[in-house]
Amino acid sequence: MYVAVKGGEAAIANAHRLLDHERRGDPSVPELSIAQIREQMTLLVDRVMTEGSLYDPDLAALALKQARGDIIEAVFLVRAFRTTLPRFGYSQPMDTDAMFAMRRISAIYKDLPGGQVLGPTFDYTHRLIDFNLAANGEPPTPKESDSALAGMPHVTGLLDQEGLIEREPGAEEGSPVGDLTRDPLDFPAGRDLRLQALARGDEGFILALGYSTQRGFGRTHPFTGEIRVGEVEIEYVPEELGFAVLLGDVVLTECEMINQFKGSASAPPQFTRGYGLAFGRGERKAMAMALVDRALRARELGEDIKAPAQDEEFVLAHCDNLQSTGFVEHLKLPHYVDFQAELELVRRMRAAHAENRMDDEALEAAE
Amino acid sequence: MTTLTELQQQRQSAMTIYARATAVELSDALERLGTPESVEDMRPPELGLVMARARMGGTGAPFNAGEVSVTRAAVRLPGGEIGVAYQLGRDKMKARSAALLDALWQTARRREVEAALDPIRARIADERILKERRAAATRVDFFTMVRGEDQ
Repeated sequence: MYVAVKGGEAAIANAHRLLDHERRGDPSVPELSIAQIREQMTLLVDRVMTEGSLYDPDLAALALKQARGDIIEAVFLVRAFRTTLPRFGYSQPMDTDAMFAMRRISAIYKDLPGGQVLGPTFDYTHRLIDFNLAANGEPPTPKESDSALAGMPHVTGLLDQEGLIEREPGAEEGSPVGDLTRDPLDFPAGRDLRLQALARGDEGFILALGYSTQRGFGRTHPFTGEIRVGEVEIEYVPEELGFAVLLGDVVLTECEMINQFKGSASAPPQFTRGYGLAFGRGERKAMAMALVDRALRARELGEDIKAPAQDEEFVLAHCDNLQSTGFVEHLKLPHYVDFQAELELVRRMRAAHAENRMDDEALEAAE
Repeated sequence: MTTLTELQQQRQSAMTIYARATAVELSDALERLGTPESVEDMRPPELGLVMARARMGGTGAPFNAGEVSVTRAAVRLPGGEIGVAYQLGRDKMKARSAALLDALWQTARRREVEAALDPIRARIADERILKERRAAATRVDFFTMVRGEDQ
């Protein structure tokens, strides 16, 4: 017999109303504006854009406000929003070589064309709490250099000239590019799909996996060839125009890892590559992604697959924080009937167990 | 991609300015030019997505990096000129202003439109220079320390 039970509508409505109230916090404290979140919680906004897989700073800021600052809840809101919109098409591949960089560093060459440009970084800060920020002082104006920035070719390009690094294979014009928002992920997955999944994957999960490769679980001997952060043009070709139009500039973070060698009987040893890309200023994410991208190329490079970071099904099926949270958090929804069945089962098992013991004791007594 | 005509290139370049302009800059420019009467909204401003593509290793085969929100609009002037806009973000007014400017640009008033864009171009260039100079001030100048043992 199945009995449907209804109820809880009033409780749910009141709970949401209470949530709205709690979200606002102490009403004597001024309310946060979307612009304040967008401008002053920039890296948080960037992370929601990256993991929500939608570049829209105002939307991510609004989602964060609604989610009370919970990243995964904000990601959920952003992903839900995107499902309501039509897809106009695919952009032209963005040219990160032409990035208008505000930061560009390399850990492998001290002197390189364009130089080491630190930009606004936490690196080399002392990580001491700055109590001046609690006093709301305005920071001093940044210094300006008289000279402009020189061109910044990719560092990997320098190695490429000598043939010391594997070349990124291009693709035939118009050859299909996997899109996991259109087709469910299937294994083995191509590098296009792996990069797409990693790009929107949870920073904490990807970071831990990247770290695991450094600790010996799928070691790849990485060097940071280059990290660059800045504005990149994004172009789209509308059918009605037939030529590319600039949609605007997006801030991206790109990391190229250079890893130890691969060679064969026919090809001399070369460095191998791992690639990371994040919306906004996501340096940690881009670095970790580049490590995991390289680890996941194990099959292609003929390496033994022994570590979690090399197992593409393990990585790709678990890197999406929205999927993860959906399945973990569904456990808190009512499972009254399932549990009732388990209860009955365990009671029956215990009864059988007790009966067996009584039989055994009777048998022993008889002997 | 096929090579563009000079006219297409000029139009493309003007569209670049609409994309980088603020909504206020575009509406001010339109106000100065005078919004044409009886504009037909062929495609009322519409919000959608474009999947942004990047390249593996920056230079290799493309992959889908994530989506961007885009607003598009199209207007038709009485003379038949069709203005089109595709822009990052969700500002419908701004997309319609850009489409209107794109339509006007195709009329005999091109020079006026270009003149109205000049202050926007200047503002964008100034901001870029400032950003670049600030970044350039964080460029590392290495120097070598001479150790004392041999002196």
